[in-house]
Amino acid sequence: MTISTDLDRRFREAAASSGLLDVAYDLLDTPVGPLLVAVTDGGLCRVSFDPEPEREADALARAYGVRVLRASRPVDAARRELDEYFAGRRREFDLPTDLRIEAPFRLAVLAELARVPYGATTTYGELARRAGRPRAARAVGTFMNRNPIPIVLPCHRVVGSNGALVGYGGGLERKEALLRLEGVLA
Amino acid sequence: MDAVAAPPFERFYLEHRDVVFAFLARRLGRQAAEDAFQETFLRALRAYPRLRHARELRAWVFTIAARVATDEHRRRARAPEPSRPEAVEDGRPAYAELDDLARHLPPTERAAVVLRYGYDLDYADIAAALDSTEAAARQAASSGVRRLRRKGIANDYLD
Repeated sequence: MTISTDLDRRFREAAASSGLLDVAYDLLDTPVGPLLVAVTDGGLCRVSFDPEPEREADALARAYGVRVLRASRPVDAARRELDEYFAGRRREFDLPTDLRIEAPFRLAVLAELARVPYGATTTYGELARRAGRPRAARAVGTFMNRNPIPIVLPCHRVVGSNGALVGYGGGLERKEALLRLEGVLA
Repeated sequence: MDAVAAPPFERFYLEHRDVVFAFLARRLGRQAAEDAFQETFLRALRAYPRLRHARELRAWVFTIAARVATDEHRRRARAPEPSRPEAVEDGRPAYAELDDLARHLPPTERAAVVLRYGYDLDYADIAAALDSTEAAARQAASSGVRRLRRKGIANDYLD
């Protein structure tokens, strides 16, 4: 016997409304492929390209608690803002983020990253300098590669000192697509 | 016993939602089973972080489902007369008393004893709860009972 999709949906909604979930996530279709988007009570905590939900759920459970459930409604705000961004109608995200698991220097770098405006780029070295450790460009590169919330925290706007795109956790093609969307690349 | 971390709730839910619903539908009918299903998994969600290990998750969720079904039966029966021999001398329902007595049994035996004698499930349902056969369920219940008797733990429900 298989439960109906309606019953399944109702349970997931009830669970989300119960306030008992540590993490709710859902999958979104976007122009750069499927994204897994996860939120806690504190805000957005994860955006993943090419998601493998099983592995993602394990990682989320380790980081935030075992009550991880796929549910649509908690992710609505993030879904809406990402849709608007991809449609070219949004230049800044108003979503709260939950970065409680990040160490202090990473947090400082991600805070600086969040200030890089739409349609602009900066370099790894510049970001390191702004976060207070001018010689940590390489570490900043690693942080960008492991950015828990790409797109919303715009690591695609960080390039090498010579302007080369260098790398991207979601693949260079996606970095190009995002910069093209923002009018940085022709 | 080594601690086995509980999987993300999503996986636990996906693995058990169909068997739990089937069980509740047999006990309560399809319509009432829908509410009981929600209640069962919400109770499980509430208790989930307190699970000390992830063994026997299936038996655990069946115990919750059985309790939800019992509550529903009791609610239905409240008006005229209780149809099930649940009331006991000290006022605790059978499953509560047994759950307590059986807490030191190995998980499978504990689940079998509690589901059989506490919730009055038949061995087909207990087999579903334990993901085993009816014969194995019967075996687990009876070796659980023997183990309790050896420890001098007696209970009217076990006779």
